[in-house]
Amino acid sequence: MSDRGLRQRVGAALWRRPWLRGVLTLSPPLLWFLVIYLASLVVMLVTAFFTVNSLTGNVVYQWTWSNFSQILTQSVYGSIILRTLLMAIAVTITDILLALPFAFFLAKVVSRRWRQLLLGLLLMPLWASYLAKVYAWINILSNKGVLPGIESKLGIPPTHIAYTNIAMWIVFSYLWLPFMIVPIYGAFERVPDSLLEASSDLGAGSWITFRWVLLPMVLPGIVAGSIFTFSLTLGDFITPLLIGGSNSDFIGNAIYDSALNGGNLPFAAALAFVSIAIMAIYLLLARFAGAFEAL
Amino acid sequence: MKLSRFTRAGLATFAACVVFFLIAPLLVILLFAFDASNVQTFPIHHWTTYWFSVAWHDPAVRSALWLSVKAGVLATAIALILGTMVAFGIHRYRFFGRDTVSLLLVLPIALPGIVTGLALQSAFNLVGIPFSIYTIVIGHATFCIVVVFNNVVARLRRTSTSLMEASADLGASPLQTFRLVTLPTISTAVIAGGLLAFALSFDEVIVTTFTAGAQNTLPLWIFGAIRLGQQLPEVNAVVVGVVLLTLIPIAFAARMSSGEGTGRSTRSSI
Repeated sequence: MSDRGLRQRVGAALWRRPWLRGVLTLSPPLLWFLVIYLASLVVMLVTAFFTVNSLTGNVVYQWTWSNFSQILTQSVYGSIILRTLLMAIAVTITDILLALPFAFFLAKVVSRRWRQLLLGLLLMPLWASYLAKVYAWINILSNKGVLPGIESKLGIPPTHIAYTNIAMWIVFSYLWLPFMIVPIYGAFERVPDSLLEASSDLGAGSWITFRWVLLPMVLPGIVAGSIFTFSLTLGDFITPLLIGGSNSDFIGNAIYDSALNGGNLPFAAALAFVSIAIMAIYLLLARFAGAFEAL
Repeated sequence: MKLSRFTRAGLATFAACVVFFLIAPLLVILLFAFDASNVQTFPIHHWTTYWFSVAWHDPAVRSALWLSVKAGVLATAIALILGTMVAFGIHRYRFFGRDTVSLLLVLPIALPGIVTGLALQSAFNLVGIPFSIYTIVIGHATFCIVVVFNNVVARLRRTSTSLMEASADLGASPLQTFRLVTLPTISTAVIAGGLLAFALSFDEVIVTTFTAGAQNTLPLWIFGAIRLGQQLPEVNAVVVGVVLLTLIPIAFAARMSSGEGTGRSTRSSI
């Protein structure tokens, strides 16, 4: 049989069996996710219940709750988890407050040309290297950096916020702000202008329209953005290390230290378990708000 | 929406402040890269391009750059193939668990990156796979697939299936239809997705920390240098190079997808 004939027969066979085509297109990517990603997650979650032999450094495959009881009973970990959570909440709220008016302005107020320009500008902080942005802030906040330099020029007393929690709050808010603006902007863009006109024709002022027409429609965008700000803050160890002061460890730092410096994978896994649990609760809440459509 | 002039002016001022907040730090790194001094102080007194040549001739930077490029290209290739396939699968077929598959795809970016990194490290450790460029690639491809998927699926949703049906009615085989009709309609979305995936991989540091072992990608080299406080003027020059190198593919991608799929999975959207 000729090559061409074979190809046609295979093509025809596939054409008659859509389910077979579906299976063939979906199985390679699904296998990747099942075999590599999900299997790794399962391995990690199981590892959380093992320990490490303190002499040999090998993993002891014996089922135990000791990692979790250590996290729950030692106050160090309680304060680390609390610090991470509070920072995630503070940064999320800050970014919502900054992104909401900005995205509204971008989607509903400015002219088309300005919108294109501003969206183009937004690409830069969204995609510029993470470490470049963190490093910029080290140069801004450090004692001989840009901010103290400007302050001394203007004769203002220096604020000394380098290596504090306030510095971390500013830098995290900066880093994740574009991740909040984009989904909220997308949500505003999907609101048809006719709806706003209808609202104003029916006698609603701009505040009433914003509160009762716009806000409910952009809520999924806000929640989608907050999933990113939350998850990115929960997983970070670099900003606390480079921007934060001496008492600024996050869950990420504790994971990093025990996995890479302490050689204690099981304990790191148990800590990762905690951040997965926090994210799971958050994602469930987000699902109620219907944010998955906007992700 | 009808807004008073006062509200408009207020919003415009607020937006200008946000833009300044977003852009100013990027200008700071650009300025400091040309600072002749060994210790960075502001204001800058002497200007130079010396640090760019130091960075360019540093063998450690070169090998890190090369590793980043290689890993990025491999991860992008995998993400392109698997991301396009899953976009077709999700778009074309209705099946049980379709929503679960969509959720599974966003999981690597919805969960903290450190979780993906640690999970992969635990698995490599258990199976006994030594760290290599391939362990880096596996991590990167996993979170890059969703970027390609988002771009391609957004394009598929906008093109009507009647084109492909017409092609089949006119006697084209499924393969011919795919090659001559489907592929040209989605090609720019696939390329845009690939460019974004490469940029994402090139910049990634959290997952890579756990899957690289003793190897240094460019972000890992930068992280190490900042942490130890060594070679900081050189770091400045490298960082400017990295930003430019990432923004070029992004600009191309933005052109090609022209705002398509806005609002879908942040980084892939605009």
